[in-house]
Amino acid sequence: MDDTELRAAIVAELCRIAPEVDGDDLVDARPLRRQVDLDSLDWLNFLIGLHHRLNVDIPEADYPQLASLADLLAYLRARL
Amino acid sequence: MREFTLPALGADMESGKLIEWLVKPGEEVHKGQVVAVVDTSKAAIDVEIWFDGVVGELRTVPGETVAVGAVMATILAAGEAPPEPGTPPAEPEPAPPPEAPAPPAPPASAPPGQDGASGVRRRVSPAARRHAEELGLDPDGIAGTGPLGSVTLADVDAAAARRPSVAQAVEAASPAERQAAMRESIAAAMSRSKREIPHYYLSETIPMARAVEWLTSENAARPVTERVLMAAVQLKAVARALADFPQLNGFFVDGTYRPEPVAHIGVAIALRQGGLVAPALHDVAEKDLVTVMRELSDLVARTRAASLRSSELADATITVTNLGDQGVEAVFGIITPPQVALVGFGRVAPRPFVTEAGLAAIPTVTASLAADHRVSDGRTGAQFLASLHDWLQRPEDL
Repeated sequence: MDDTELRAAIVAELCRIAPEVDGDDLVDARPLRRQVDLDSLDWLNFLIGLHHRLNVDIPEADYPQLASLADLLAYLRARL
Repeated sequence: MREFTLPALGADMESGKLIEWLVKPGEEVHKGQVVAVVDTSKAAIDVEIWFDGVVGELRTVPGETVAVGAVMATILAAGEAPPEPGTPPAEPEPAPPPEAPAPPAPPASAPPGQDGASGVRRRVSPAARRHAEELGLDPDGIAGTGPLGSVTLADVDAAAARRPSVAQAVEAASPAERQAAMRESIAAAMSRSKREIPHYYLSETIPMARAVEWLTSENAARPVTERVLMAAVQLKAVARALADFPQLNGFFVDGTYRPEPVAHIGVAIALRQGGLVAPALHDVAEKDLVTVMRELSDLVARTRAASLRSSELADATITVTNLGDQGVEAVFGIITPPQVALVGFGRVAPRPFVTEAGLAAIPTVTASLAADHRVSDGRTGAQFLASLHDWLQRPEDL
């Protein structure tokens, strides 16, 4: 899976939680929660979606490293 | 024979539109079974029946808007013969006034043999009756224009033309219509609450260091699919604390307070497109945290997908609102009638707090209580918040 595919997978999961999201409008370097209205349950469901899709279990302790789409890409790439 | 009436799915609901029946005449039904889908301002609701029996006659057709309390179907006891054709419909239950209790008591059936509202037996010509039955219409439900109000063949055809065809699916309200209707129903319920309920408000800053630490270590050992949010811990703590405060958990109806033995917590859920629904999470005190969390997640998903069950809209005995994710310090809510209390949580975050060891920066949360002064006093409310405080200091016992 290359970066484009991985980004598409992340955006697809995000859209499942927040249907109003348009992947093209997201700025990779900006914190996600500033761009998308995600409460803690949305965030958890987003991570559960990524887990089902990519089989990566993200521990709670790692949440602070995952502010932006770019962070998520780097984090997931390292674990796939 | 018993009557299945449209239940009130919340204090503010006056009518609903039948989208579809999920049962047929002659079919056996059981208490708790979803028998119809009804569109309301909140969502398309799966309406459950509250007793066992066999479906007699379906009196409401898809697409029809019916008042709360109106008879939608007759339900026969097992082995009971269906009434003779031509038996006039029993007098419809009048829609209850807006002050009606949210959870409907099963209405008493009209005495057998009682005539319709007019007191006059409806006249339907045999041909019209046969024609109506061929078309799947209830001849007694058709307005008659013939002599003495009798139903003619032409009336049957007119009624058939008005009826949505089977092929043409009855559509639920559009998102914009639903949003407008929801705004109206929130306005009605909250205005009524502020008009009728003498609220009093209390708040308490609760140290959350132990709860946060405990939950963090619990979650570290769990796969992401079984992780529990603090919101679920707080719901469970509210349910446990409520066990000792019957004056905060129940319904105030027609000047009388009726405490409820079990806490079904209405969880305020904001919708992405705006608006708010507070469906019930049933019997929270009896469920373990992972179950509470799973049900909370499911309830939020179904609320946002507008797919709730009638019991979830009618059963809540108290409401909890959690605005912590929005970063507010505290929330002082408006009670949802006919409930008598609402608990609010602000954000869990590190703040200066004085402990036995002195001043420290620890996670705290401001919990608030809005309660009905007709039913309880500040002293009761204060004791409840103290108990909630205690439960949150020993999360492992929840």
